[in-house]
Amino acid sequence: MLTRRLLTSDWGGTFVLGLLVAMLIAVPIANLMVPPDSPYYLSSYWVALLGKFLTFALLALAIDLIWGYAGILSLGHGAFFGLGGYAMGMYLTRQIGEQGVYGHPVLPDFMVFLSYEELPWFWLGFDMFWFALLMAMLVPGLLALVFGWLAFRSRVSGVYFAIITQALVFALMLAFFRNEMGFGGNNGLTDFKEILGFSVQARETRVALFLASGIAVILGYLACRYIVTSRFGRVLIAVRDAEDRTRFSGYRVDHYKLWVFVFSAVLAGIAGALYVPQVGIINPGEFSPIRSIEAVLWVAVGGRGSLFGAIVGAFAVNGAKTWFTVAYPMFWLFALGALFVLVTLFLPRGLVGLFRRRREGES
Amino acid sequence: MIRSDTSPLRQWLRRTLSLLTGVLLLLALPTVAADAPGESPDQAPGAPYADTTDGPSVDTLIRELPAGNFNDRRRVAAALAAAGDPRVADILAALADGRLLATGDGPPRILIRDADDREAGTDAISGEAVAADVLAEARRIPVHNPLRNALRSLVAVAGVADARPERRIRSLSRLIRDGGNPDLVPFLEERLDTEDDQRASDLLKTLLALAHLDTGDEAARIEAVATLRGSLLPEARRALAATAAEDPDERVREAAMEAVEHAESRIRFFRFSENLFFGLSAGSVLLLAAIGLAITFGVMGVINMAHGELIMIGAYTTWFIQTLIPGTLSTGILLAIPAAFVVAGLVGIAMERGVIQFLYGRPLETLLATFGISLILQQAVRTLFSPLNRPVASPEWLSGSLNINPVLSLTWSRIYIFVFAIMVFVALILVMKKTSLGLKVRAVAQNRPMARALGVRTGWVDALTFGLGAGLAGVAGVALSQLTNVGPNMGQAYIIDSFMVVVFGGVGNLWGTFVGAMGLGVMTKFIEPHVGAVLAKIIVLIFIILFIQKRPRGLFPKKGRAAEN
Amino acid sequence: MSLAPYRQPIRRDRVFRLLQSEPDFSGTSHGVILYIDDVSVSFDGFKALDHLSLAVDEGELRCIIGPNGAGKTTMMDVITGKTRPDSGRVYFGRDIDLLDLDEYQIARGGIGRKFQKPTVFEALTVLENIELSLASSKGTWKTLFAKVDPAQARRIDEVLVTIGMQDQRRTAAGALSHGQKQWLEIGMLLMQNPRVLLVDEPVAGMTGNETERTAELLTSLAGDHTVIVVEHDMAFVRSIARRVTVLHQGSVLAEGSMNQIQADPGVVEVYLGEEE
Repeated sequence: MLTRRLLTSDWGGTFVLGLLVAMLIAVPIANLMVPPDSPYYLSSYWVALLGKFLTFALLALAIDLIWGYAGILSLGHGAFFGLGGYAMGMYLTRQIGEQGVYGHPVLPDFMVFLSYEELPWFWLGFDMFWFALLMAMLVPGLLALVFGWLAFRSRVSGVYFAIITQALVFALMLAFFRNEMGFGGNNGLTDFKEILGFSVQARETRVALFLASGIAVILGYLACRYIVTSRFGRVLIAVRDAEDRTRFSGYRVDHYKLWVFVFSAVLAGIAGALYVPQVGIINPGEFSPIRSIEAVLWVAVGGRGSLFGAIVGAFAVNGAKTWFTVAYPMFWLFALGALFVLVTLFLPRGLVGLFRRRREGES
Repeated sequence: MIRSDTSPLRQWLRRTLSLLTGVLLLLALPTVAADAPGESPDQAPGAPYADTTDGPSVDTLIRELPAGNFNDRRRVAAALAAAGDPRVADILAALADGRLLATGDGPPRILIRDADDREAGTDAISGEAVAADVLAEARRIPVHNPLRNALRSLVAVAGVADARPERRIRSLSRLIRDGGNPDLVPFLEERLDTEDDQRASDLLKTLLALAHLDTGDEAARIEAVATLRGSLLPEARRALAATAAEDPDERVREAAMEAVEHAESRIRFFRFSENLFFGLSAGSVLLLAAIGLAITFGVMGVINMAHGELIMIGAYTTWFIQTLIPGTLSTGILLAIPAAFVVAGLVGIAMERGVIQFLYGRPLETLLATFGISLILQQAVRTLFSPLNRPVASPEWLSGSLNINPVLSLTWSRIYIFVFAIMVFVALILVMKKTSLGLKVRAVAQNRPMARALGVRTGWVDALTFGLGAGLAGVAGVALSQLTNVGPNMGQAYIIDSFMVVVFGGVGNLWGTFVGAMGLGVMTKFIEPHVGAVLAKIIVLIFIILFIQKRPRGLFPKKGRAAEN
Repeated sequence: MSLAPYRQPIRRDRVFRLLQSEPDFSGTSHGVILYIDDVSVSFDGFKALDHLSLAVDEGELRCIIGPNGAGKTTMMDVITGKTRPDSGRVYFGRDIDLLDLDEYQIARGGIGRKFQKPTVFEALTVLENIELSLASSKGTWKTLFAKVDPAQARRIDEVLVTIGMQDQRRTAAGALSHGQKQWLEIGMLLMQNPRVLLVDEPVAGMTGNETERTAELLTSLAGDHTVIVVEHDMAFVRSIARRVTVLHQGSVLAEGSMNQIQADPGVVEVYLGEEE
């Protein structure tokens, strides 16, 4: 019954989910079972790349949920993505152990280099996978809770909210650049060796991470879909379209915004945690304001207010980026910039809107 | 407080300090000797001073330097130092360094070997260059350590008697750094009678007071304390602190204590002034960066993420003009101001007509579209010129600093930026208040349909307003090109700060932007000494985030029904 | 939420003050449900409300008229908690001070508001619009798992019939005509089942027929509910009004029946003179 509610009158979503499932089946086969000389063979590079795109899709979902449905534009979701990534990065760093350059059993290389005596308190517990995963959700969630509570309570919204989220992510970037923060400063965390005892470089591990990301996207999609099809979701839309009206109907708008903002931050944190083992590095660059704005573009291109559109947008833009940076590196930023302009001018509802409009025209 | 800190530590400190001063002095000597020739070539030695000094006798004395033993040499050197001849300081410094040579046969020629180049040298008396072979045959005039020490002071003493005031001031400062020398007191008192330069005479008094603090009787010490009271020179403060701790006389100690406190409070004041000045100059950079945004964002409500790139365009315009007319830096900068205004303004108008005009009332969409434009502009600059930074030169009057006292000195570039920011701000206020464009801009901002009904061409006003904001960003770029690197990414550094300033000050309020910029600048600079630049910046960002929660409409909010929506 | 406390008679001392300041309130016989006491609001020096005092009885249908800028909308903003006044008090029932409450508390407490510009959730269907206004638990977790129970479904149907939109329940609210949006918003108000309805310009953009039906609806609501209507359409006001308050420059200029108002020379000068 729930399936029916989630997927009826969501042809696009069902289609995209179908594609995702197909990809989750095909990619492992093409990588692990097909012999390397076959034309159907998919190299591990591609597995990692697609896995990365999946984490981006999850981040796009998180942004679309708050922007497309609740009208909250966050230009700082990279903050939550990055914090989730750092939580996982800390686990992976602690897994390096004696395989590090300095071979210290507990301290990561950069701490030995900066002559730390012992592990800082906030690194404790990160040798356990479950703890790191919990923190990857808890820390972004808590930051969103505090930040959102302050912002929504005093009705900071729209442009102002967008600007202070930029300030938030910028402040985090500056902070993580500092060596004194104890997160590896400029270089961040990298040179990972193992995850749950498996080598991060191994083909099987990469496929497993890819699968985990794919499943996370599917579950994330269904969760978001559940939210937006519930009355809660209709309240969000109500807040987006007529905030005052919603308030005068007796809803605590700030609570709704806060709830969905925290949820979105947790999703972004999970995306970050899945992203880091697949790209093998996390550094303060993830907090750069541009990255966060770019993520908003994925949603805009795909179609804000349509959950599967966010997934489509993340794949489309990042796919184009990968292709451009190989084929025409000089033109990628031109293309990206033009995309921003053209989408806002001509495709206010994104790629998905192209199909939707036609369907609505028919009905 | 100081008194309780009794002698052993103090004495040790004092000894260490004097030892340190000695070492520093030894290190400093070659430099003095080295830069001395650099200053003198434009004046024929002796010639301008021929009427004030007894030329032949100085020459004779110089020639006597190689003769006799170390004691004779010291006597001659002392006589030379007291002669007040401009050549003497260099000669004595060279002697102490072992670079003073004498030819062997006949009446000796005295030569100075260059500090940097062993093969080059000059004749000590005539100042003419000497051939390398002559130099090679000449013998070094020997010195030993006691003589070398004596010479060191004599070099400075010679400088004190120099005819050029700036040379005298430098030498006096040197002597003060060396610590008071009681032996020099009679000589210095004599100099004080004839000294006509105010600053030199002040330094002489300080020097004498330092000497008296060590050796004078009680009355002299009290007088010396009075002279040194409020002096910002570190040596004077150290000597007073030492006196306050260990002078045998109670009254002297108390006077010294009071003088130390006085100096400390003055230093606190000047440190405060310095922070304030740094803050205001940082604030004026913020003001320049944000002022264009105060128009585009504040008045028009356009979230222009390409604002930083318009600043960059202004900076590149400066570089381009400098490349077109090299060699005339000042003119280049002055020309760049209107040029950058026009170039950035035109780009702004193109942006407004091409993209932004279709997005009014959809601020989040303008944000994304202008962000796209910013990427395009960055990449265009990278492709057209280079991804590397462009060198932009600064005219001479922008370098150096204004030394107000030993504690406080203000760099000229910061002073000019401050003045420039104020000028731009005043000009903008005048444009908005006094011109018909300003009137129309305000009218359109307040009530667009009404303005249109009254015959204002709102589209045209929008374009010009945006152009004005963009042009101001360009002008800011000219100023910023003098402070930071000019490169494709430079705009990124300012965009967040600029938005913070406008939001903090209150959207739609130019004075709010002014106060916001200065306030944030001063705040940053007062936090910086305690926690460092990066953390200060983070703290300020967090402060603004919290501030926006408290007052979502900034320091000076626009009120009224219109603002409610 | 129990409404019992509000039903008690108003306190004597307050009525006394009321009587002193506004003598022509002496006709108030049953309980006062809304009492605006000496409220002032200013924007940038412009006084939107200037020591406004006004009392509305339980079950009354009150019309508020006044020229533009008289402070009608600002008054509604103050009652519903959107604008905080510079001074004064607003009482709901006997001793609830509305100024201590947030908008959502005021709404849940029983004051519903229809905006001047019809405000519905355009992306949602008519049914969803009505459903969101259900007087039920409005917390985040509750709505996440909320289902419409049979009683609520009946209530929804009732309201849909009342506003004549039972056939358009699946239509997106954004696709409705201006007049239909007005009705939908009134319907949403009915779903909230408020004790006081603040209705700002309900018939703007309606056809004559629609206006008539609106008048009927509002008149029928009075009695069980207290209805406060702000309207420019004098014919409409005349058709429904029992008691009319004229606002001018942020305070009450006159109050009484339509005939009394029309005879008032001050009112004729500032308002009716322009209209007719």
